[in-house]
Amino acid sequence: MAKQASAQKVTIVALVENEPGVLNRVASLFRRRAFNIDSLTVGRTHRAHVSRMTIRVDAGPEYAKRIATNLQKLVNVIDVRVLDNEPHIERDLALIKVRSDDTDSRNTITEICDRYPARIVDIGPKVAIIEMVGTEEIIETFIDEVRAVGIVEMIRTGVVSMGRGIRIHDADITRRDLARVAAQSPNGNGRIV
Amino acid sequence: MRLKGSEIIMECLLKEGVHVMFGYPGGAILPTYDAMAKYEDRLHHVLVRHEQGASHMADGYARATGEVGVCIATSGPGATNLVTGLATAMMDSSPIVAITGQVPIPAIGSDAFQETDVTGVTLPVTKHNYLVTDVRDLAYIMKEAFHIARTGRPGPVLVDVPKDVQNAETEFVYPEGDIVLPGYSPPARAHERELDGALQLIAEAERPIILAGHGILMSGAMQEVRELAERAQIPVSLTLLGKGAMPEEHPLVIGMMGMHGEATSNLAIQEADLLIALGMRFDDRVTGNLKTYAPNARKIHVDIDRSELNKNVKADVGIAGDLKTVLRQLLPRLQPKSHVAWIQQIRDWLEDSSERDILNYETPGILLTAQVVNDIWKLTGGDAITVTDVGQHQMLEAQYYPHQRPSTLLTSGGLGTMGFGFPAAIGAKFGKPEEEIWAIVGDGGFQMTLCEMATAVQENINVNIAIINNNFLGMVRQWQELFFEKRYQATPMVNPDFCKLADAYGIPNRYVTRREDIEEAVRFAQSIDGPTLIEFVVEKEEMVYPMVPAGADLHDMKRRPKPGEA
Repeated sequence: MAKQASAQKVTIVALVENEPGVLNRVASLFRRRAFNIDSLTVGRTHRAHVSRMTIRVDAGPEYAKRIATNLQKLVNVIDVRVLDNEPHIERDLALIKVRSDDTDSRNTITEICDRYPARIVDIGPKVAIIEMVGTEEIIETFIDEVRAVGIVEMIRTGVVSMGRGIRIHDADITRRDLARVAAQSPNGNGRIV
Repeated sequence: MRLKGSEIIMECLLKEGVHVMFGYPGGAILPTYDAMAKYEDRLHHVLVRHEQGASHMADGYARATGEVGVCIATSGPGATNLVTGLATAMMDSSPIVAITGQVPIPAIGSDAFQETDVTGVTLPVTKHNYLVTDVRDLAYIMKEAFHIARTGRPGPVLVDVPKDVQNAETEFVYPEGDIVLPGYSPPARAHERELDGALQLIAEAERPIILAGHGILMSGAMQEVRELAERAQIPVSLTLLGKGAMPEEHPLVIGMMGMHGEATSNLAIQEADLLIALGMRFDDRVTGNLKTYAPNARKIHVDIDRSELNKNVKADVGIAGDLKTVLRQLLPRLQPKSHVAWIQQIRDWLEDSSERDILNYETPGILLTAQVVNDIWKLTGGDAITVTDVGQHQMLEAQYYPHQRPSTLLTSGGLGTMGFGFPAAIGAKFGKPEEEIWAIVGDGGFQMTLCEMATAVQENINVNIAIINNNFLGMVRQWQELFFEKRYQATPMVNPDFCKLADAYGIPNRYVTRREDIEEAVRFAQSIDGPTLIEFVVEKEEMVYPMVPAGADLHDMKRRPKPGEA
């Protein structure tokens, strides 16, 4: 299923509170608004209570903006940014299990991997596992080449993304932090700003 | 002060200024009901007969007062019965807080008795919801719940409290001061360049029209909208929920828009060169076919919910902000204008409409809904709070009961919830005890929540019920007549004797079949300090005109012929 990398693809990055049910809220929003998304990844950040989502949308910036304004309405979503024209780095990781039961296939795998930022992380008499990190596009191209050898299993993480330069996208405090501070304030006056 | 979770709930309600809550007890919420006894003098609990009634009552209370309405139910079926009311409040941006019991934390996920994943079930129909897993979180969650419900674009918030959390003790500290939610900051003001854009469009327009929505009422921007309309001489069309945004007797107000709106409004929208949409969201019942909607008009759209801008209709100037604040920014810079030819054109359309008015028809021997509604309007001095159900009577109320004040028509617009009217009227009366309240309901919708008659009697709440009985699901029947060749599948109704039913509940009642008997019945209802019921038996096959068929062009209206042309 080689897909042409679309010029229309837009990336949305959302900082969300690391709380139970947040992923469910986001997924539910996409479902009920019938938003078509290409990929969604969630992971931790350096802040204990903040997670970060990268959402790839196979549509124009207008559509991405609609998704972003709806995401921003969720109380647990701290901040949303559409990486449209902003220069940014993006990475996808794939683990690909391929046939390696003859010399030919082993040679081909090694040869292909040499030409890509890919490495063989496991190899046995029957199959090998390749780890490949890169942009979505380059992984697509790599997969197309490896397909000839015989892919037997595969997983991709989906794209994660980060804007270049010093425009920092971070949130150092969450709702829960604030509320806890308020509740613990000794004089009962929990005003914290 | 060390308190149990159940007591903390009560304390928080008091802190938020709550005086009344609508609910129904059950196993998982029992600790909270037990705590109520201590607070009875300050917090009145209304025992409903079905939890759906509780959520509609909280909604009616909220719509009538602008304050947060509170409903309370047990886990499982109690909570799921609230769902229709939550969805109704969500669609119409009504602030309510629902508190539900939940099975104890260790039992969650085990399919325990009366367990339902209530935060999961209500996720799409609440503005936000919470499952409280630690009693120490309860106070700030309650505070957040009220804050989120009433600020920004208001909406329902649900707090699900497991039974063991209600029983657990902790030090009670209510967080005072402002709530800070990092991911939640409703927009307030317009940017200068947005104001510049809006002012320029208004200055250039020759055929402008204001589309006045519910947001005006919620923001309290009635005076500002009126100033805008008067100074720039802009006609005002109202959405169903925007009724009361400006007095309907005001010469610039040209009636409701949309599917069953005033024809003049719809024609004016299609002819306009500028739409100024204020606190409305271009619902499909308002726009008809989007491709041909207001084809000549540029659009200014002001809404507090940024995601409404450019959702259905692309705005030339879209402003996310609080309407009152934005208009206050705009008005000092607004130049007076006049649109003589445009307003004359609108008067001509209005003239044509009034000739088609059903009240101009001779209708010997039959009673029409329009007549009932219009006579109630006259007999209440046009000053009652009317709460409708959904269907033909709802549209005819909107057409024949002009409202002068904001928040005096309470109706389920977005969700179109049958069964809303009567319980919402009870809730409204608790919020506005000094007002005359009329629940105008159909025979179909009333039967969905009529069990609340017992609630009205138990509370001796002064709500007048006007049942518009045509022994049909009238609006569905109208669609069947127009679009399904009169195949009246499942719309004729064999109804109970509503007056006997009222007798059984101990509710004084009247039965009216002739127009000349309306006045006596209404006066009778007004004379009684408690619930009353009047059954109006109306013409079976009435039609609501004008009608824009679903998805048709807004100007493509089915209209009632003028007398003599029929």
